[in-house]
Amino acid sequence: MKGKNRLRRTLMFVSAQTPGLVKEAYIYGADSIILDLEDAVAENQKDAARFSLYHALKTVDFMGAERIVRINGMDTPHWKEDIRAAVAGGADVIRIPKCDSAADVVAVEQYIKAVELEFNRPDAGTLIMAAMESPKAVLRAEEICTASERLVGIALSGGDFRKSMQTKYYPSGNEILAARGLLLLAARAAGVQCYDTIFSDLNDMEGFRVETVTGKEMGFDGKSVVSPRQIQVVHEVFAPSEKEMIEAERTVRAIRENAERGIGIFTLDGKMLDVAFLPGAERVLELAKASGLYKGDLV
Amino acid sequence: MINAVGRNIPDELLTNGREVFQGNNYRDGQIYTKPGPTVKAQIKPQESKLVESIREAIRLCGVKDGMTVSFHHHFRDGDYVANLVMQEIADLGIKDITIAASSMGAAHDPIGKMIEDGVVTGLQTSGIRGKMGEAVSNGKLKTPCILRSHGGRVRAIEQGEVHIDVAFIGAPTADEYGNARGKGGKSDCGVLSYAMIDAKYADKVVVITDCLVPFPNFPPSIQAVDVDYVVVVEEIGNPQKIASKAARITQDPRELMMAKECARIMAATPYFKDGFSFQTGVGGASLAVNRFIEPLMRERGIRMRWGIGGISAPMVELLEKGLIDCLVDAQDFDIDSVNSVHKNQTHYEISTSQYCNPMNKGAFVNKLDFVVLAALEIDTGFNVNVVTGSDGLLMGAPGGHPDASAGAKCSIIVTPLVRGRIPTVCERIVTVTTPGESIDVLVTDYGIAVNPRRQDLIDHMSAAGIELTTIEALKDKAYSMVGVPDDIVFHDRVVAIMEARDGTILDVVRQIKNYEV
Repeated sequence: MKGKNRLRRTLMFVSAQTPGLVKEAYIYGADSIILDLEDAVAENQKDAARFSLYHALKTVDFMGAERIVRINGMDTPHWKEDIRAAVAGGADVIRIPKCDSAADVVAVEQYIKAVELEFNRPDAGTLIMAAMESPKAVLRAEEICTASERLVGIALSGGDFRKSMQTKYYPSGNEILAARGLLLLAARAAGVQCYDTIFSDLNDMEGFRVETVTGKEMGFDGKSVVSPRQIQVVHEVFAPSEKEMIEAERTVRAIRENAERGIGIFTLDGKMLDVAFLPGAERVLELAKASGLYKGDLV
Repeated sequence: MINAVGRNIPDELLTNGREVFQGNNYRDGQIYTKPGPTVKAQIKPQESKLVESIREAIRLCGVKDGMTVSFHHHFRDGDYVANLVMQEIADLGIKDITIAASSMGAAHDPIGKMIEDGVVTGLQTSGIRGKMGEAVSNGKLKTPCILRSHGGRVRAIEQGEVHIDVAFIGAPTADEYGNARGKGGKSDCGVLSYAMIDAKYADKVVVITDCLVPFPNFPPSIQAVDVDYVVVVEEIGNPQKIASKAARITQDPRELMMAKECARIMAATPYFKDGFSFQTGVGGASLAVNRFIEPLMRERGIRMRWGIGGISAPMVELLEKGLIDCLVDAQDFDIDSVNSVHKNQTHYEISTSQYCNPMNKGAFVNKLDFVVLAALEIDTGFNVNVVTGSDGLLMGAPGGHPDASAGAKCSIIVTPLVRGRIPTVCERIVTVTTPGESIDVLVTDYGIAVNPRRQDLIDHMSAAGIELTTIEALKDKAYSMVGVPDDIVFHDRVVAIMEARDGTILDVVRQIKNYEV
């Protein structure tokens, strides 16, 4: 599905109710913009935010940044109307907050399909992202990841999860270590992406960097951010080294060339390679390209 | 007559040899003779030049109707001197005074009323804001205000276009014979660069201080040999506003992003090498450039030979980190820069003529590699406005903007594409203060444009992988976001003349037509 596996190193939250922020959210270079209809919008402003969202999606050129709309929870009266505004406006992805089960994903998918028909956009292929906030949801990550072909990835909503676990933020990250691991395992098993939670202390840039490095080492695809100031740090951390980039380029080239000659397994610099190494190497090149390091045309 | 930046200059202004702007270097090589002041010799030994009050100094200097008096703006928004002097002049019933100041700001609101009362009928300044700006914009000043860059002001004095009858020089310290410095006392402003020229060319010089120190107050910025009288007053300014606490480097992600781009641009040019020179403005993004050039300098193992300005804390920081050999200083913007010029052996005070006079035998700006500055507006010809607001009101200062831009090998304007509902990049700016031929690069939050005159810079940046757009595309983007602004409606009357550095006329400012409700 188009755009399903695109690069999502940074997913920046912006209140959909603030046109001044929405109109320029893309200039800071985040891969995805999450236009928020949920927590950032007061209960009595939901309709106004939806109105702003629709017109922003219709009129602002986000210059290639992905447009994700975080709808209100499915336990609220707002989520269906949120999806209508988002799909009518042409959003790329609907993000479900407080997703608790595969049934939530299926319900959202079905409603998206109905709305795509309503607005004569049957081929829109609006994608889905699920965020989990409860222990129950985390334990159901595997079924959530496989609930829909439209699901691109999952994320842990750290703030609410910590509350439900009767803990709080610790710099070590121990309090959400298990949840991060479970989500990553489920996402990788299902072949979807997984995004790390936000870091809310904007004055602690060093702490943010440390947490981002941890996330990268664990295998996350990217990280949600709450300020443009955090974007560059994530992109720096996720950028491959020059050595990794060169190695990836040689791997991609060698696998493709050997495949054309009908060779499936071979050695390169003494290392055994086969087609299983291709996606990983291509991802390194994509990251390198997005970071401005790779100028070639293999990806 | 239409000038080189496309502005129509009324013929009635083109008298007594005045010409329209014809390009930055039009008067290069012009030969002229400097005027000298009228001096009253002081042969008889005397103990002191102290007089008891400003009023007495005014009386002794023979200030009368129609004279020109001068002030400097080293005390910025904390200045009390201009108001004290002008109030005495007004109280003495003297009228038709021309003020020739290095700049006037919000601190001088009381003089706005004197414009309306006819005490002040002429004004020559680099900056104009607040009530004075409103008074001039509304046509209250009897003669057109003349706006000049810092370099242009010195040029006008050194070429005799401005003759200062009495210079009133506020000084943080002075001895009773008139040796004055920007250093020390409770109103410490670091340097007295703007006033140095006034002291040399004015017929009478009065030093006004709130800190009398023992003779000799050395080394002096203003020398006793040029000073007629010294007055001690309670306060010459508000120290909090003279040297404010250093501004924290901006945390605004937009400004940081633009500052980072400026640093990348600098690093992509051939001028970013060991021994380069640099000036930066004091806007949020301009100041933050220092933060981003530091790692690039360290990465390349290069040092800055000299930094110039308008000095502020980030430049001092680089000096103290050993990344700059020396600072040459014509004004201090914060406590850190004031302290630095006192304690750092390689932080030097220079005169404004040394800094940027275009028609002396070579000013510092001529040897500048980079300058990063802000703009209120910039048009598609890269002409910049830093003096009139989008409502047409006089509210800014060319300052050293036109001077540093003209001199630098790479002049960079950094500004957001829109401010609120106002497009910064536009088809036609209200007033041209810096001609487009001086501006090389525009950095906005929505993209970077290089002046097509600088194909060499375009090539260097393309080679460095810096994505460029055109200034027309930026203007279109701004208009698509906030709409096309209506033209401001003016009366025909010219209320201010914007002089180019060389004294030709760059633009005129007309009386604003207030909206009728």
